[in-house]
Amino acid sequence: MSNVDLILPLLVAVPILMATVPIALGLRFDRTGWGVTTLTTTALLAATAYLASAVYSDGMVTHELGGWPREFGIQLVADEFSTLIALLVIATATAVLAYMRVGGPRGNTFYAGYLLLTGGLLGLSLTGDVFNMFVFLEIVGLATYALIASGDGPESAVSALKYLILGTVGASLYLIGVGFIFMATGTLNMQVLSEIMPEVLAQGGQNLVLLQAAFAFIFVGFALKVAQWPLHTWQPDAYQHAPDGVTPVIAALVSTAYAYALGRLMYTVFGPEFLTSTPYLTEIVVTVGCLSVLAGSTLAVIQTDVKRMFAYSSVAQFGLVVAAFGLVTETALIGAIIHLIGHAVMKAGLFAAAGVIAVTYGARTVDEYAGLADNRPFVAGGTALLLIALIGIPPSAGFIGKWYIAVGSVQAEMWPVAAVILLSTMLTLAYSARLLEKMYFTPATPVESPHPSGPVATDGGHEGGNGDDAHGSEHGDDAHGSEHGDESAGNVGASAFTDAGRIGRGNPDAVSFGMLALVIVAAIIAVLLGFAGGELYDLLDPFATEVFNE
Amino acid sequence: MIELLASRYAYALMFVLMGVGMYMMIANQNLVKKLIGVNLFQTAIFLFFVAVAYVEGGSAPIVPTEGDPGAMASPLPHVIVLTAIVVGIALTAVGLALIVRIYAEYGTLREDTLREVRADE
Repeated sequence: MSNVDLILPLLVAVPILMATVPIALGLRFDRTGWGVTTLTTTALLAATAYLASAVYSDGMVTHELGGWPREFGIQLVADEFSTLIALLVIATATAVLAYMRVGGPRGNTFYAGYLLLTGGLLGLSLTGDVFNMFVFLEIVGLATYALIASGDGPESAVSALKYLILGTVGASLYLIGVGFIFMATGTLNMQVLSEIMPEVLAQGGQNLVLLQAAFAFIFVGFALKVAQWPLHTWQPDAYQHAPDGVTPVIAALVSTAYAYALGRLMYTVFGPEFLTSTPYLTEIVVTVGCLSVLAGSTLAVIQTDVKRMFAYSSVAQFGLVVAAFGLVTETALIGAIIHLIGHAVMKAGLFAAAGVIAVTYGARTVDEYAGLADNRPFVAGGTALLLIALIGIPPSAGFIGKWYIAVGSVQAEMWPVAAVILLSTMLTLAYSARLLEKMYFTPATPVESPHPSGPVATDGGHEGGNGDDAHGSEHGDDAHGSEHGDESAGNVGASAFTDAGRIGRGNPDAVSFGMLALVIVAAIIAVLLGFAGGELYDLLDPFATEVFNE
Repeated sequence: MIELLASRYAYALMFVLMGVGMYMMIANQNLVKKLIGVNLFQTAIFLFFVAVAYVEGGSAPIVPTEGDPGAMASPLPHVIVLTAIVVGIALTAVGLALIVRIYAEYGTLREDTLREVRADE
C-alpha cells in the first residue's frame, strides 16, 4: 500500500478549504479561528512529517492531479528539497500560532487569511509546474497583503498597497518568463523541461535566445519578490508595519518560499549547464546577491527601529542565498538551502522577540532596549542567542549556512564572494552588537521622568505614551521589578486586551507562556541546527547530486 | 524589419501596452489609477499568451468526435490566461480594498498628499 502521494494534493487543498471554516463558524461563534487553524496546521504537520519520512527513505514522491499526464496536467512533487521547505513552512506556521493565541491579531477573517497563506506556501513548495507556481505565488502574495493590512495603524494599509503593486509586477515578470519558456519548449512541467533543456542547449538558435530572455524576466521578477537590493523597497515597510504576530510568519516563510522557487527554477528547470554556459549569467546573479548583502547590512546598521533593522538584515541574508545560487557548485547550493532554513528559524524567533519586547517592555527602538536584560532576562537571553546565531558564531544555524556557502565560493574560485561573506559577518556583528550592548550593558532609562527620553516613535500614538507617564509617576523609584508587575497586573484586564500589543512599559502579564516559548524554542533550534550541519548536508545531498550529474 | 512588424505586431503591441501600464504605475499620483496601470500591465501579458497560442489558419480548439479537425489553436495558453485573469481580479479587489482603507484613514487618494500627511505625523 503506497498511497503516500495522496498526501500531496491534501496538503495544498486542506488549508485552502479550511480557510472558509473560520468565516462560516464566525456567523455563530466569535472566537473559533485560532482553534480551527491550530487543528488544521497540526494535522498537516503530522501529514508532512509522514511524507518526509517516506521521501527521505524511499526518494521522490509525485502525484499527477486528476490523472492527466504530466506534459499537460499539473504535477505535485516532493523531493529532498521541496519536502524540507514544506516541513519548515508547516512547522513554523504551527509554532507561530502559540504567539498569536494571546499576542493577536484576532478575528476569524484573519485566521482565514492565515490558512490561505499556509496553503499557498505549501503549494508553492510542492508544485512541479511552472505556471501553477505563478498561481501559488499570487495566492501567497494576496494572503500576505491582507495579513500585513490587518495591522492597527493606518500605515499598514499603505505599506500593504506598496507591496501589492511591486509584488504584482514581480509575479507578472515571472509570468512573462513562463510565456517565453512555453514558446521555446511547449511544456510547463519542470521535470519535462529539465529533460528537454540539454537538447535546446545543444541546438542553440532561437529557442535558446527565448530561454535566456525567460531567465532574465524570471530572475528580475524573483529579485523583486525575494527583496534584493535595489528592488527591496517594499520589504522594510511591510515588515515594520505588519502586526507583531504576523511579521514572524512573513519574515520566516514568504521570502523563503520565493527564494526556494528561484532555486528550484534555476537548478531543476534551467539546470547548471544552462547557468554556466550563458555568458555573464552567473556573474550577474552573484553581483546582485553580493550587493544586497552589503547594502542590506549597511542599511541595517543605521536603523533605529528594531523591526526595520531585522527587515534590512533579511535583505542581506537573502543576498547571501542568491549569491550562493549563482555560484553553481554543489556545496554552495546545499549551503544556500541550509541558510534558508536557518534564517527562517532565526528571523521567526527574532521578530517574535521584538513583538514580545514591544508588549512587555514597550520598546521598539534600539535605544529603548536599554536595560532589557535586567528586567526581562528570558526574552533578552533568547534574543541574544538568536542574534549570536545570526552573526554566525559556531555552533549555530547561521554558521553552517555561511560555512557551506563560503566553501562553495572557494570551490568555484569566486574569491570576492568569500570576502563578502566575511564582510557580511562583520556588518551583522555591527548591528547585532548595538542591540546586545543596549540590552546588557546600558542601564534602563528612567521611566519615571515626566518626559520620556527621546521620541516615542511607536505607532501606538499618544495612548501608549500617556500610559507610560502615568505609570512612572505612580511608581516613583520602584519603576521596575516585582512591585511594578503586581501593580500593572491590575491594569491588564482593563487595557491589555483592548489594543493588541500596544501597551506601555511594564505589562509582563500581557505576554503569554506561548509567546515567550516561541522565542526560546527558536533560539534553541537555531543553536541545535548548528550541530546538525552534517545531517542536513546528507539529507540534501541526493538532490544536489542529481541536479549536477544530469 | 517591416515584415517582422507586420507578422509579429501582436508582440510589439504587447510591449507597448506593458510600457503604458508601467508608466502609469510609476508616474501617476492617483492610487486608483496606479492600480489601473497594474491591470493594464497584466492585461498586456494575457494578450501575449493569447497571441502565442495563435496558429495560422487554425480553428478554435474544440475537438469533434469524428473526423480530422485540421489545425487548431493551442488550448493550453487560453486556460492559463483564464486562470491568470481570475488571479488578476482577486488582486484588483484586494488592492481596491486597501485603497478604500487608505482613503478612510488619510482622506486622500493622491500619493504626494499622502506622503505629506504621513511626514507630518
